[in-house]
Amino acid sequence: MTMVLVVDRRRRVADVVARVLCGVAALAGAGVLLLLMLHVVVNGAAALSIALFTQLPAPIGQTGGGIAHAVIGSVIIVGLACLWGIPLGIGAGVYLSETASPWLGNVARFSADVLAGIPSIVVGIFGYALIVTAMGGFSGIAGAFALGVIALPIIARTTEETLRLVPGDLREASLALGIPRWRTVLSVVVPTASAGLITGAMLAVARMAGETAPLIFTTLGNNFWNTDPTKPMATMTLTIFQYAIWPYEELHRQALAASLVLLLVVLLINVTVRLASRPGVRG
Amino acid sequence: MAFPSAVARSDPLAALASKGKARRYTADLLFTAVLLVMAAAIPLLGLLLVISMLQEGLPALTTFGLQFIWGTTWNPVTHDFAVLPAIYGTLATASVALILAVPIGLGAAIFLAELAPRWIAQPVSFLIEMLAAIPSVIIGLWGLFVVVPIVRQVESLLGSNLGFLPIFSGPAYGIGLLAASVLLAVMILPIITAVTREVLRAVPSSQREAMLALGATRWETISAAVLPYGRSGVVGATILALGRALGETLAVSIIIGNSFKISGSLFAPATTLASLIATQFREADTPLYLSALMAAGLVLFAITVIVNVAARILIWRLGAQAVTR
Repeated sequence: MTMVLVVDRRRRVADVVARVLCGVAALAGAGVLLLLMLHVVVNGAAALSIALFTQLPAPIGQTGGGIAHAVIGSVIIVGLACLWGIPLGIGAGVYLSETASPWLGNVARFSADVLAGIPSIVVGIFGYALIVTAMGGFSGIAGAFALGVIALPIIARTTEETLRLVPGDLREASLALGIPRWRTVLSVVVPTASAGLITGAMLAVARMAGETAPLIFTTLGNNFWNTDPTKPMATMTLTIFQYAIWPYEELHRQALAASLVLLLVVLLINVTVRLASRPGVRG
Repeated sequence: MAFPSAVARSDPLAALASKGKARRYTADLLFTAVLLVMAAAIPLLGLLLVISMLQEGLPALTTFGLQFIWGTTWNPVTHDFAVLPAIYGTLATASVALILAVPIGLGAAIFLAELAPRWIAQPVSFLIEMLAAIPSVIIGLWGLFVVVPIVRQVESLLGSNLGFLPIFSGPAYGIGLLAASVLLAVMILPIITAVTREVLRAVPSSQREAMLALGATRWETISAAVLPYGRSGVVGATILALGRALGETLAVSIIIGNSFKISGSLFAPATTLASLIATQFREADTPLYLSALMAAGLVLFAITVIVNVAARILIWRLGAQAVTR
């Protein structure tokens, strides 16, 4: 009798201990994010100023100056990447969901998964080997190419998955009315899934805006105002990276301020997407 | 056509309809063709990637042969390149990161899927998943300013108490393998948590009810009925995280110290393949130097592909076991 009670108590204690440990693990995970954000927000906000976005870098060692060149560089490069990555990704996704031959469908799906899985630095080397050597120099275009390669599989797969959620009845109803397949896809299927497509594209933009490794080999970065994408350009991420490894207090402050802005943009996109897609998805 | 063609030709309406059908058919064909080209671009890009990486890395690979993988010197001055220390650093940081992140991620997933009430589970999983969205350069910056000093404290504590173990020996720099592993653990934690949570949620509740009906505690239910059922998914989540950890560049290169040495100690500065490429690229002033970096990228590419394929096979076999049982 006492033996049973002892065993029973041991089991209960093990149960409570395990439950508490699991709770601590979850809080630790959430706590890391809060600590990180706290650090970036507190220190970044202290260094935040209008000049940061309107001025160019001051000579090293002097205070003041900004990263306007990096902001415009990020906008141009991510914009150019969207220009080819989003239409191509959506087109490929539509093909996979609506008209794919089983063979090419599987090949494309497999390649998209492989492309999504390879390290982004390898994509950077690819951009260097393909575009930089061909153009004879580093450029914003090469960076936009590399970022597009990263975005392409993400957009293609989210597009395919979203379109598959569109009920077959809608397609059949449209086809039964004598509407050709291409009109059915473009006017019925795609508009029905448009919220999902926008979600995928926005997540890809957030991902591209935060990428650094592929840009080291393609756009290289610079310290001057440049809006010509055939020349090397600075981006927010490259500038943060550069400033972080240089031993100047002022540059560290600016890197934190730039990080704050980048963090807000990326989190804003993610939170918006989260809230917008909440009703359909199990929380 | 079953109808005599003369009838169709004499009927203007039918002629119009068949003309419209033909035009519609060409439009559909054109539409499919355009989409096909777009879809084919993905495998083509993948193929192009492999070809151009091979092309760029080939000079170094042919010059050094297998020595490129087994050698331990990286000397741009004498043009002697080999990447074993970087392979070691890549595998070591990723392994330590997994050791740190898997228990925490698993525990967090169990809490979120099995134990927590909805009003706690929802915001906590939201926060953990947002961690995955943070650009790695920002995590690196945070690591440099916040994590490194903490790691230095922990290292000196470990060193003074467990310094007799080789992995805890040597001076506590803060910057090094351990700090890089901690950052990697932070970055892969959301992947492990999110995927495992979904896997646990997919476990049928009859599994839990049967166990609870036998008088098991919650924890016994989870460890004996829920986790084994979702085992293949948990393994998949881990390998997915491993793939991410192997290729992560920025945060690691800021914090690892970039020292090209194999040291048994976790405290020592080291380098990874990705970090080596990122930090040395601008200094590569000769074709062979550049090619050696590209070949290092090829090695990294090969490692991640091997890991991914191994993951697929493992999941497939575990899945097959679960079905046959």
